[in-house]
Amino acid sequence: MAWFKKKKEVKAEKKVKIPEGLWVKCDSCREIIYKREIEKNLNVCPKCNYHFRISAHERIRFIADEDSFVEMDIELETTNPLNFQDSMPYITRIEENKKKSGLNEAVIYGDALIKQRPVVLAIMDFSFMGGSMGSVVGEKIARAAERALEKKAPLITVSSSGGARMQEGMFSLMQMAKVSAAIARLKETDVLYISILADPTFGGVTASFAMLGDIIIAEPKSLIGFAGPRVIEQTIKQQLPENFQRAEFLLEHGMIDMVIERKELKNTIYKLIEHFMPANIANSS
Amino acid sequence: MGYYLDFEKPLEELEYKIEELKKLSDGSEIDIASEIRSLEKKAKNLRSEIFSKLSPWHKTLLARHPERPYTLDYINMIVEDFVELHGDRRFADDPAVVGGIGKIDGIAMVIIGHQKGRGTRERIIRNFGQPNPEGYRKALRLMKLAERFRKPVVAFIDTPGAYPGMGAEERGQSEAIAANLMEMSKLKTPIISIVIGEGGSGGALAMSVADRLYMLQHSVYSVISPEGCAAILWRKNGDLGTEDFAKAADALKLTAEDLKAFKIIDDIILEPLGGAHREPEVMAKTIKEYILKALELLKTKNLARLVEDRYKKIRKIGSIVTV
Ligand SMILES: [Zn+2]
Repeated sequence: MAWFKKKKEVKAEKKVKIPEGLWVKCDSCREIIYKREIEKNLNVCPKCNYHFRISAHERIRFIADEDSFVEMDIELETTNPLNFQDSMPYITRIEENKKKSGLNEAVIYGDALIKQRPVVLAIMDFSFMGGSMGSVVGEKIARAAERALEKKAPLITVSSSGGARMQEGMFSLMQMAKVSAAIARLKETDVLYISILADPTFGGVTASFAMLGDIIIAEPKSLIGFAGPRVIEQTIKQQLPENFQRAEFLLEHGMIDMVIERKELKNTIYKLIEHFMPANIANSS
Repeated sequence: MGYYLDFEKPLEELEYKIEELKKLSDGSEIDIASEIRSLEKKAKNLRSEIFSKLSPWHKTLLARHPERPYTLDYINMIVEDFVELHGDRRFADDPAVVGGIGKIDGIAMVIIGHQKGRGTRERIIRNFGQPNPEGYRKALRLMKLAERFRKPVVAFIDTPGAYPGMGAEERGQSEAIAANLMEMSKLKTPIISIVIGEGGSGGALAMSVADRLYMLQHSVYSVISPEGCAAILWRKNGDLGTEDFAKAADALKLTAEDLKAFKIIDDIILEPLGGAHREPEVMAKTIKEYILKALELLKTKNLARLVEDRYKKIRKIGSIVTV
């Protein structure tokens, strides 16, 4: 679960977001690239195709029609059930993360249009406490699934998470059961669920709604798994191969349907919706 | 004499003395006999005292006690004509998960559970109770069988967690756990889960989505181990000690009392004084009573209602406010 967080510090420094300045060194190929050029390219390295981590709001711009996203349940907050405190109280940590990320929690969800087709969209943001799933994330994902069911609109989730949120203890763990139960109900119907995995997706998120998509799509080179790579290395006492737990590795092992570049994502989602739930039928029902 | 945890050390000396005295006497010397009786009384009081103020870390150690009864021990004690079933029909048979069918008080049930090993050799074979995806898939296969033949499911939870290995990742550990969570939430037959030792994170949850979730008094259930939590919080160059783990165990609220108060579990099953391993038969009998009592209640619901109630029970867990 939250094991992946051990690794987070190192990785987060190394590859989260694009640093300030006009020129940027790509974390993957180490090339020095003009920052504007990366931004123009949907935050993908033009030299090596590395997909930089991006915020939930940036993602919406790439997936949904312009200004179509209407966020729901913004006001949900955790109550700090364990009264958890490490170097600072959990509630203070939440406040800090709100300031840092400009978000209220690690996921936002709401209605959106994709090429005029109504969908329910839930997008995680790694910059809010490592995208960890506590009660609020669990509740929003469950509500997103319920809304998709009610509207008969496809559910699309984008995951990016270190796993369950340790600070909420067993409440966090139980969110895995909660979101999986909500997805189970969706899957009894003909409402499509597309799960998109972005770098990184681990622990309680992978082991619940993220791997339950009817269709599962990953961004190139994303790290995806149950246990974090460092925990595995410590357990088996050997180094992991270079491509281990990468999107391409999961594709090869039959765990996901495809690896799709950011610029192709919207088109691919639209095609799938049109095939599985054609607009003329969806409209008439 | 058995294995004593650090906090039981005063008890060990006393009980060692009692054993020695017993060896000396053949029961004919009256002085020794009365001495033994008095020491035994003293030992019982000491044990009551120690066990009345166990910390969450003590409970974690008790939950992992090498002599604590495991799933197959309980099956042997309470299930009649148990037939063990094997394999996930996909890849392998995972020895870290056991399952099969048998009768409890004349009622046929499907029983599944994590299985730790006793002794070095068996521990390794059982992978210290850490399942690979095959284990979860075997459990699911048996639960589906239970559904088809209208048999209740009893699941014993006792694992440090799902195995973090290369093969486990290659074969879809995440997917296996997620699938169990999803399928168990809508399985059309009663599910009773009992945490008998360690409830280790997602690896435990994947067999504990249930109509009734119980914990033995000294078992623990947590999103992360105290050691893992301490390593994240107080990353002091790898030398973490008991004190750090104890602090993490406190913070995580992983005891049966805490989780009952949070309404995450339905009830606490009391253990014999000194823990389940002191009197396994007594423990098994109490567990059996709980299973039968729960089943009595659950079988009054029709299946649609049963599944609906289970959904609501899971759906409402969370600690949120609207601001
Ligand atoms: Zn590059």
